[in-house]
Amino acid sequence: MQKLADLLIQKFAPLQQLPAEYVYLVVQVVFALLMLMIFVAPFAGILSWVERRIAARMMDRVGPNRVGPQGFFQWIADGIKSLLKEDIIPRAADPILFRLAPYLVFAGMFAAFVTIPFSSSLIVADMNVGIFYLIAVTSIVVVGILMAGWSSNNKYSLLGGMRSAAQIVSYEIPAGLAILVVVFLSGSLSIQDIIKAQGAYPWQWFLFDNPFMPVAFTTLFISSLAEGNRTPFDIPEAESELVSGYSTEYSGMRFVFFYFEEWANIYLIAAVGTALFLGGWQLPPAVKAWAVSTGGALGVILPHFLEFVTFFLKAAVIVFVVIWIRWTLPRIRVDQLMTLSWKYLTPFGFAASLGVAVWMVLFPNGVPLVHYVMCAGALATLLYFFYRVAYQVWYSRQPIHLNPFV
Amino acid sequence: MTVEEIAKILCEHFKGLQIEVVPGAKNAVSGIQTGDPAVIIPAEKIREICNTLKVMDQFAFDCLSSLTAVDRKDRFEVVYHLFSYKNRHSLTLKVNLPRGGNQPQRGVEGEAPSGLAGGGGDASPSIETVESLWGVANWLEREVYDLFGIKFDNHSDLRRIMLPDDWVGHPLRKDYKEEVDYHGISTTRPALLQ
Amino acid sequence: MAELRTEEMLLNMGPQHPSTHGVIRFVVKTDGEVMSAAVPDIGYLHRSIEKIAEKATYNGFMPWTDRVDYLAAMNCNVAYAMAVEKLASIEITRRGEYLRVIAMEMNRIISHLLAVGSLGMDVGAYTPFIHALREREKVNDLIEELCGQRLTYNYARIGGVIYDMTPNWDKKVLDFLDQFEPLLNEFDRLLTDNKILRKRLGGVAVVTREDAINYNFVGPNLRGSGVKWDIRKDMPYSVYPELDFEVPVGTGEAGSFGVVGDCFDRYMVRIREMSESVKILRQCFERIPPGDHLVKVPKKIRPPAGDCYIRTESTRGDLGVYLVSDGSDKPYRLKFRTGSFSAMAIIEKISRGMMVADLIAFIASLDIVAPEIDR
Repeated sequence: MQKLADLLIQKFAPLQQLPAEYVYLVVQVVFALLMLMIFVAPFAGILSWVERRIAARMMDRVGPNRVGPQGFFQWIADGIKSLLKEDIIPRAADPILFRLAPYLVFAGMFAAFVTIPFSSSLIVADMNVGIFYLIAVTSIVVVGILMAGWSSNNKYSLLGGMRSAAQIVSYEIPAGLAILVVVFLSGSLSIQDIIKAQGAYPWQWFLFDNPFMPVAFTTLFISSLAEGNRTPFDIPEAESELVSGYSTEYSGMRFVFFYFEEWANIYLIAAVGTALFLGGWQLPPAVKAWAVSTGGALGVILPHFLEFVTFFLKAAVIVFVVIWIRWTLPRIRVDQLMTLSWKYLTPFGFAASLGVAVWMVLFPNGVPLVHYVMCAGALATLLYFFYRVAYQVWYSRQPIHLNPFV
Repeated sequence: MTVEEIAKILCEHFKGLQIEVVPGAKNAVSGIQTGDPAVIIPAEKIREICNTLKVMDQFAFDCLSSLTAVDRKDRFEVVYHLFSYKNRHSLTLKVNLPRGGNQPQRGVEGEAPSGLAGGGGDASPSIETVESLWGVANWLEREVYDLFGIKFDNHSDLRRIMLPDDWVGHPLRKDYKEEVDYHGISTTRPALLQ
Repeated sequence: MAELRTEEMLLNMGPQHPSTHGVIRFVVKTDGEVMSAAVPDIGYLHRSIEKIAEKATYNGFMPWTDRVDYLAAMNCNVAYAMAVEKLASIEITRRGEYLRVIAMEMNRIISHLLAVGSLGMDVGAYTPFIHALREREKVNDLIEELCGQRLTYNYARIGGVIYDMTPNWDKKVLDFLDQFEPLLNEFDRLLTDNKILRKRLGGVAVVTREDAINYNFVGPNLRGSGVKWDIRKDMPYSVYPELDFEVPVGTGEAGSFGVVGDCFDRYMVRIREMSESVKILRQCFERIPPGDHLVKVPKKIRPPAGDCYIRTESTRGDLGVYLVSDGSDKPYRLKFRTGSFSAMAIIEKISRGMMVADLIAFIASLDIVAPEIDR
């Protein structure tokens, strides 16, 4: 962003009279808003459609398929419908907090998006405390949820809000520990530096760096699921127990804000996982050299575009896994959730960070053999998984509809 | 054990009580038993007899299968169906209660009587509860109270179970007449055929 | 440290709630998560079916028996028909008996599918519920071909059944059973081997054997508490003496935290009963004799005065029908003693000290349907 701002100052004479910081500020805000409009908002909407289709195929039904080709514009229809709905506010609800809660939730989630990289230089704010800022700012969501639960003046909402606060706060710790492990390896808190410390090929990713990294990755994944209120940790909004938890009394667009935050949070989970463990936007050098060599304007845009595609595909795999888990597993009870966090995940996080620290002392430059062996192990696991899937498909003798668009 | 044998042993235990056996209905032509035989016991001794039936090994009636009442026009008949998982036999006990007052009157100045008093004041029949022997009797007796108005003494929580607490009357009685309206909702509707 | 003043919350799991199976209300006193009492409040579905029976003729009352428990409508039909036939000494044909048993076992399969599916949904697993509904749809189509209805069948009559099988119907049902068994296996594995489900249901709401008998639990609830009792085997009626099947019993198998009589046992008993029903259906189709399906009965049946108490194994347990006749053509008193009624009676006692989430799992594992409670 700095270079772009400098370019603008060069081109437009009037801007040179303002102090440079103001120009940077305005450019950054404009880019943040652009990213929100072009990427985050449509992505959250499209993700709602994708989730409904995937859920439907898993349940052996079709999902939305009327509004637009294959139901693609369902989310636009839903958005317009929510905007046009009557704005109902319970008379006994706290007037200020009730209205403020969805915005806090949204702000907390979106403020974290400014540090998510899309390519090597497409990032709104490349802070040198990037990942630390991200964890800190996503905690504003807790405040919003508690406000929503309390101000609804509804015992079910209060229960949901309390459960959610307990859940999110408890799972911050294992998440933080897992991220700490990555910071050990990369030596920096900035997300771009973490990605630059990895390579493009799987054996250069942090996930396969040493045997403690998968433990850290699993811990981070489970904790992020819990922070995002996704099943199996969706007790705050457990539909069969609490009707709709903290968002019971909300209607119309305010209600959609809570679910918007949830879907955008899925991408946040995936992006953090990709950036920290799966190599981010790194391209193989040969591919990057080819992209640059196409020359001219294309030579500038193409490498960035390919990097974005790489990042997005890796994140999309994690998004799919998150959706898959939601529609398969039941939800765990609130005391089991606390047990899981404090008695299992936190010790795992500590063990991982201790293990990685010891590893780094013993092998300061890493051990390529371990990388290759772990990669091979992961590949073998993946192949075994596909074998099991094929066996189940054969065993149930059902006709297979390979076309996802029925 | 058959019902006759059980009745004989009961008669030996409770000397002086009037315990009858009613044979079940029989098909007039073929003689096959169509109805169930029953043992009629006096109402005051219900709890002791049931205790004996539950505790004694040769009976071991550990399950109260059903508790209901029948409104014979001159009396109420409370029917207990007992069953034993150990000995695999069943027994029907019947108790005759004198029919108490008629339709309960509304309370003073038109206020609706509370659920407990809806049994027509002092005139409703009553019988001892068997709740301490079989836990399910709690709800079964509440249902009989709700629909027939038979009170169960020493019941821990005798109130209406299915009908609202301020309902007037006991519907399953043969002489039950509905109130004209309930909280302003009319209970009659115009005839369908004009 | 000063004591914080806390209050107990009075929560109303009201008549409208996504997971009380039907219209029931629970008044729950809780301090956040742990309940001190959960008092059920029933009566929202009281349709006075027993009073209507005193005004309807024996023949004409059959559609009302469907509504006593609409998920096991065949069983209610047959139970009522058996009571009247016993009082009036009507013998029905063998083919009528076999058709009744076939219909009842198919009803058992779909009722258990719905019970297990909604147990999964209440605990948070949405997908198996939809899979269960998919199977239910196939069976509903088959039953529609048999008797014209998908939910409230009105199929049994006093004297037999109203319609015979259509040609090739038995082949269709056998085809369905062939593809149902691997799907039942898959559905079962999606839920049963799931560690989260086992932890949610294992050790929760344990109903001991003594409590189960004392509170007159019946059916899969009783078997889940370890009592091996099935009316089809122990007091057999109809053609069940000739059929060969097992009676599954709960054994506390939810891993290391399972106790005999917890929610997981009741769930497993239902899963196993579905495979047993498939076995029974296959045997019935092999053995069904040709003949008439309905015996001629007089237009106005007048059973002699007397009373009888019939117990049949409905899907929710032992459905007791107590029928009192006074010689006229209308019943004098008809009482349905349903399994869900006794299951509700124990909730208040067992729910002390449970969590709200466990209460949901408990109610779902008892397989309560509200119309059975209130009639």
